[in-house]
Amino acid sequence: MSEPFLAVEGLTLDYSTKAGPFRAVDDVSFSVDKGRTLAIVGESGCGKSSVAKCIMRLVAPTAGRISLDGTDLAGLKEAQLRPLRHRFQMVFQDPYGSLDPHLSAQEIVAEPMKTQGLRSKAERSKEVARLFDAVGLPSTSLERRAHEFSGGQRQRIGIARALASKPDLLVCDEATSALDVSVQAQVLRLLQDIQQETGITYVFISHNLGVVQEISDSIVVMRRGEIVESGATADVLQTPRTDYARTLRRAALDPSAMTGIKPRHIVSALAASA
Amino acid sequence: MKTQTLTPPRGDSATTGPLLSVENLCVELMTASGIVRAVDGVSFEIGRGETVTIIGESGSGKSTTAMGLLKLLPRDLAVVSGDVSITGVDVLADRRAIRKVRGRTVALIPQDPMTALSPVLTVGSQLCEAILVAGRAGSKAEARDRAEELLRKVHIRDPEAQLRKFPHQLSGGMLQRVLIAAALAGEPDLLIADEPTSALDVTVQAGILDLLLEIQEANGTGILMITHDIGVARLVSDRIHVMKNGRFVESGDAVDVVENPRETYTQHLLDSVPRLGAWDESAAPKEG
Ligand SMILES: Nc1ncnc2c1ncn2[C@@H]1O[C@H](COP(=O)(O)OP(=O)(O)OP(=O)(O)O)[C@@H](O)[C@H]1O
Ligand SMILES: Nc1ncnc2c1ncn2[C@@H]1O[C@H](COP(=O)(O)OP(=O)(O)OP(=O)(O)O)[C@@H](O)[C@H]1O
Ligand SMILES: [Mg+2]
Ligand SMILES: [Mg+2]
Repeated sequence: MSEPFLAVEGLTLDYSTKAGPFRAVDDVSFSVDKGRTLAIVGESGCGKSSVAKCIMRLVAPTAGRISLDGTDLAGLKEAQLRPLRHRFQMVFQDPYGSLDPHLSAQEIVAEPMKTQGLRSKAERSKEVARLFDAVGLPSTSLERRAHEFSGGQRQRIGIARALASKPDLLVCDEATSALDVSVQAQVLRLLQDIQQETGITYVFISHNLGVVQEISDSIVVMRRGEIVESGATADVLQTPRTDYARTLRRAALDPSAMTGIKPRHIVSALAASA
Repeated sequence: MKTQTLTPPRGDSATTGPLLSVENLCVELMTASGIVRAVDGVSFEIGRGETVTIIGESGSGKSTTAMGLLKLLPRDLAVVSGDVSITGVDVLADRRAIRKVRGRTVALIPQDPMTALSPVLTVGSQLCEAILVAGRAGSKAEARDRAEELLRKVHIRDPEAQLRKFPHQLSGGMLQRVLIAAALAGEPDLLIADEPTSALDVTVQAGILDLLLEIQEANGTGILMITHDIGVARLVSDRIHVMKNGRFVESGDAVDVVENPRETYTQHLLDSVPRLGAWDESAAPKEG
């Protein structure tokens, strides 16, 4: 068997804080084959974004190995990483802070192509227009700056930018959380089509199990920095083993299934419906 | 945590009329490529103890409606017209009126965390400031206790440690809950919540929604909820308005809108919700 495209082994991350080191990621291991999608789920604050930032080498892990297509990223210096950067991209959870306020939307999306020196200006504009269309942003908005877009529109600028350098690995951190369901469906379809075409590998962080079911092949469930459950998506969603995964399943708010639930006491209603 | 001032004691208008009344609200944005009418003639009311929800596609004008009626849009960017009164105070006509009601009478949970939080101050100092400015604590120590209590209420673990952190040291969902705590700090009569649970997993989300409804039940708080999650809308709302291109295309009782949508657009929104298949609850649980 060939080696997995992305392999994370014993990943550990300590943040230094005023109160001393804080372990946000604790001995996390998983792998994803090329052209596949792994989802990371888990409660707010459990360390999902921290794992993503380690993979992207936006923070240096305290311990562990991150191998991408056979290269160990964790050991590389920034200068050695730079020529590889366009191969792995990330859609950030915060669609506000992650877009340069001085650039137009068009420039933001074209930026990764430029640093790669791949295309002429004309080719870049054409590609930007194509990406805008693909994520459902109007072509009339190309010249606007990031703060002149709605929350969900900014999130889509982030997605277009991440796709612009045609990466081999895309880490999506709550990439569709600000999108209404119809735009979300369009973006998910786009990501799936690109995967079919190019064999791109996704790490998909989401708190929406419906989305996770749709897009992922396998799931890891995190809790307080550790992985507590993992497996094929269908297995984890059909027979969740840990308490946390079971509660998540139970609490998934499906509007059509809620006719019986009286508003006002949601937590108890959900517990009772179990 | 900026722009919050004391309100005068509640007058008669606060107890009789609606908490919020919006009539023919229009917001025009001045952009480089011309004027964009982002909100186009929107009208609605919220009474004491009521939740009214705006749902609609990304870019339809939901946040602009909220920011417009609170006069939070920069004056050189937006022209706001129509009639908006909050607890009987006409806030569009008088520029100073809105400052009097922000914080204690009306509070906003903004969609963008950093419009409300400064990156260079700790979460604790900002939350305490909000509490003190709203006049909900007599001393710094009291404000600190109240801040801790608020974080606990929004299900943040180890609140004392989180208060000492800077915003960038919190996760996305923790930050969102800090904003909720800050808005609740003033115990407002009217709460405007712009996608307040979009970064939260369903378990935490359920806890937050319960908290909001509990506060509503206890204090008669009116809530304007903005969400793209129809499941959330169905659970918490009395009435739902569906927004598209700056207008309400469908309005009605929450149950009616979700169960018998009249507009094909609303139907489409409902159809696109990803549904989970069946699951087996009898499978042996594992400690986790
Ligand atoms: N720069 C930092 N310094 C110190 N602690 C941090 C820092 N960044 C994150 N943390 C802490 O690490 C933990 C994990 O945060 P992380 O952002 O990875 O969570 P998450 O799983 O992505 O949560 P969410 O679903 O809310 O986005 C949290 O307790 C957070 O407070
Ligand atoms: N400063 C601005 N200049 C020009 N257009 C703007 C500006 N701010 C917002 N818009 C446009 O106004 C429209 C309404 O934006 P708004 O933020 O109200 O949408 P929304 O319904 O809250 O969407 P989302 O669900 O994505 O947050 C959008 O099409 C947006 O692109
Ligand atoms: Mg996160
Ligand atoms: Mg918005």
